[in-house]
Amino acid sequence: MTTTSRWRALTHHQLFWPVAVLVVLLLVNIPFTPDFFSIRMSDGHLYGSLVSIVLFGSPLILVAVGMTLVIATGGIDLSVGAVVAIAGALACSYMSGQADQNALSGVLLAMGLALLAALVCGLWNGFLVARMGIQPIIATLIIMVAGRGVAQLITDGQIITVNSEPYKLIGGGYWLTLPFSIFVVAVVVAVTVALTRRTALGLLVESVGGNAEASRLVGIRSRRIKIMVYVFCALCAGIAGLMISSNTSAADGNNAGLWIELDAILAVVIGGTSLLGGRFSIGGTVVGALVIQTLTTTIYTIGVPTQTNLVFKAVVVIVVCLLQSPKFRAKVFGTKGRGRATGPAETAAVAEAAPKMEVSR
Amino acid sequence: MAEPRPVLEMTGIVKEFPGVRALSGVDFRLFPGEIHALLGENGAGKSTLIKVLTGVHSLDGGTITLDGQSVRFASPLQAQQAGISTVYQEVNLCPNLSVAENIFIGREPTRAGRIQWKQLRRKAAELVDRLGLDIDVTAPLSSYPLAVQQLVAIVRSVGTGDSVAEGSGTKVLILDEPTSSLDRDEVLELFALMRRLKEQGVAILFVSHFLDQIYEVCDRMTVLRNGTLVGEHMVSDLDQVGLVQLMIGKALDQLEELHDHQLHSGVGEPLLQADGLGRTGGIAPFDLEIKKGEVIGLAGLLGSGRTELARLLFGADQPDSGKVTIGGKQVSMSAPNDAIAAGVAFCSENRKTEGLVPDLTVRENIILALQAARGWTRPIPVSQRDELVAKYIKALDIRPANPEARVGQLSGGNQQKVLLARWLITQPKLLILDEPTRGIDIGAKAEIQKLVVSLSEDGMSVLYIAAELEEVLRLSHTIGVLRDRRLVAQIANGPEITTSRILETIASGEHQ
Ligand SMILES: Nc1ncnc2c1ncn2[C@@H]1O[C@H](COP(=O)(O)OP(=O)(O)OP(=O)(O)O)[C@@H](O)[C@H]1O
Ligand SMILES: [Mg+2]
Repeated sequence: MTTTSRWRALTHHQLFWPVAVLVVLLLVNIPFTPDFFSIRMSDGHLYGSLVSIVLFGSPLILVAVGMTLVIATGGIDLSVGAVVAIAGALACSYMSGQADQNALSGVLLAMGLALLAALVCGLWNGFLVARMGIQPIIATLIIMVAGRGVAQLITDGQIITVNSEPYKLIGGGYWLTLPFSIFVVAVVVAVTVALTRRTALGLLVESVGGNAEASRLVGIRSRRIKIMVYVFCALCAGIAGLMISSNTSAADGNNAGLWIELDAILAVVIGGTSLLGGRFSIGGTVVGALVIQTLTTTIYTIGVPTQTNLVFKAVVVIVVCLLQSPKFRAKVFGTKGRGRATGPAETAAVAEAAPKMEVSR
Repeated sequence: MAEPRPVLEMTGIVKEFPGVRALSGVDFRLFPGEIHALLGENGAGKSTLIKVLTGVHSLDGGTITLDGQSVRFASPLQAQQAGISTVYQEVNLCPNLSVAENIFIGREPTRAGRIQWKQLRRKAAELVDRLGLDIDVTAPLSSYPLAVQQLVAIVRSVGTGDSVAEGSGTKVLILDEPTSSLDRDEVLELFALMRRLKEQGVAILFVSHFLDQIYEVCDRMTVLRNGTLVGEHMVSDLDQVGLVQLMIGKALDQLEELHDHQLHSGVGEPLLQADGLGRTGGIAPFDLEIKKGEVIGLAGLLGSGRTELARLLFGADQPDSGKVTIGGKQVSMSAPNDAIAAGVAFCSENRKTEGLVPDLTVRENIILALQAARGWTRPIPVSQRDELVAKYIKALDIRPANPEARVGQLSGGNQQKVLLARWLITQPKLLILDEPTRGIDIGAKAEIQKLVVSLSEDGMSVLYIAAELEEVLRLSHTIGVLRDRRLVAQIANGPEITTSRILETIASGEHQ
């Protein structure tokens, strides 16, 4: 195999563009923060920009991983931000009512309550989408709007602060020199990958998203699968909600997880999963979420004026999406087709079209 | 005789896909006022040639001249504007719009910027009527069988031949397997339409795996094999045997074998019993018994209810009367799962919308039904899976023989084979095949028919639907005749049963 074909195989790998963008974004920081890549140890904890990107990106990664499966079935879940808020609010308000906030049992119970609420939200979404046949965007809009109201009801419109050592661990604590949330994320990602790729769940999800009618005729119980992914997505959002409130030791029904659904959807798309459903990539989503978080960090380090924050973010996102379009690359870089040309009907799924075969020529 | 100048000339056409050279240096020319057949096995490159011509795919090499001018289309729209109308192999319309809207989409009759709905519907009805189709143009396209959808696609691209004179500007008409799911009558209507257009000087490119049709309407033919040109001939200069030899590169003798009517082994005890099964708007209540190892062929015209009957037996549609017993046990048939669990498999005629998942690989598509039956918690062990998949890729000669290839990138005929493999792998008790040989080349077709015979000999029951009556007659023990959404007769096959006997029954609605 020649180097050029090896290069081609590499650039056609589905993770190539997301990773490339991530690396570029990281490098952009160096002129502004020369010690951007350095990691120091203090108090037995690791500190540094890279560590904080992962730390602050953790909730987003969780939500985006859950979102990936929902999107792969051809759906979307707009309610994750509200679920984040509900989970945080429930956990904190329960704990704040406890005499001893540091009691492990109380903390565990609070977390259990929060996750139970998330599960109920997921079941509701799944029920509306799979049983009632409501468009996912509408079905999940209900909790997106009403859920925030519920969160505020729980917190009584206040910001509830807690002071609990064990609770602090999930989103703000350290373990083995690293932020504890990194381990939570690692476990969730590993479980998701195992659940989808070690079993046939991933295949069935991709089939339902790739062709719903064909999947029905092949005997896939797509309702069950859809309910499962909405529940899973809500659970991920619930864990993210715990993480966020633990990090700030407070529950803010109004602002916790605000707009996280949009960042999560972006992360999924950047990771190469088509919004039309079908093929999905958990690894891609993790990279996508890191890209978004790095972008947010970068905006602060290079000192983009706050008013133009969102515009800057939007521009980067547009660039990333364009880079992922083979059509765009062919136009700009002139790598005309060379096999990547796809029919008009297929272009929507191009992000996944990366050939697995190696071409020797 | 001095040959006129070709309206379209393609020279040295090259198209590469990753790992596949779909076309290597193909020359092709098309003269005004001729019907030109493009022939070749599944995966020979016919559809690809059409797609690079019309701008669906980019060209990797070669030149195209249209009317003496060098052209290269960046999109199908450009090709259309330059006078090339195309009906692609896979019907590409909007299923939830009405038939009329589908016909006129993008060029609706307007007055003062507003769509003239009445006029649109009337015109559409006229157009459809001229093709001998009796359908309601205001109903959604998806409510009609594939054959009708295919005709609508044709009407959409050319009108009925008169609109060309009115200046729609079509110089070249491309039809990629337009007849693959049509019955004899519709084929004749289509041919009449093609001849009308030909008289007006339109050049027609026609792809079909039915060689008889080629000899019926075509003037000239170009044969491809493995992406290369093997010859261009006048149809009158080459007989079918010679043509088949050109297409597959060797003489085909197994075909003859099947022609001497193999009525095979006897049938066993009853397997499936349908009592008064019916669905309003689909098919009138019918009784049907299928025995073990029996092949039941369904005959009937377009829209007679063959597909509807099959779908009821599979639970794809819910029956609103009657019951089904399989192996002595009543099956609820409220969803395909129930039928699948009882050992029924259904290979839909519409592989694009009801069959394959284009983004998944050949392997994933093949194991899908088996995996769905096992449930998500029990994946098929890798070694067993790969062995099964390799076995069926080989048995059905799926090309490329690469389990990792995306199904959407396979040629039409090879996609059809993947769909077959998916159900064969589940080893059902009753296999329902709705147009299983749609778009399959002549060699593979014989193979699939032989396969049906041997499956039946091994005790599998088969419900076989095919537009070609000969095909049904050749394979079936029993022939169910449908007319106007009613099962009107069940005829035991035998030497005295001929296609004309069946046609009579279809026409009269009763069997003497
Ligand atoms: N989008 C694509 N990506 C990769 N390979 C492709 C693509 N489209 C077609 N091919 C390959 O190109 C070859 C030619 O396919 P094509 O569809 O032109 O065959 P065909 O002659 O139309 O066959 P059929 O009679 O089955 O319709 C096949 O090997 C097919 O797998
Ligand atoms: Mg084809």
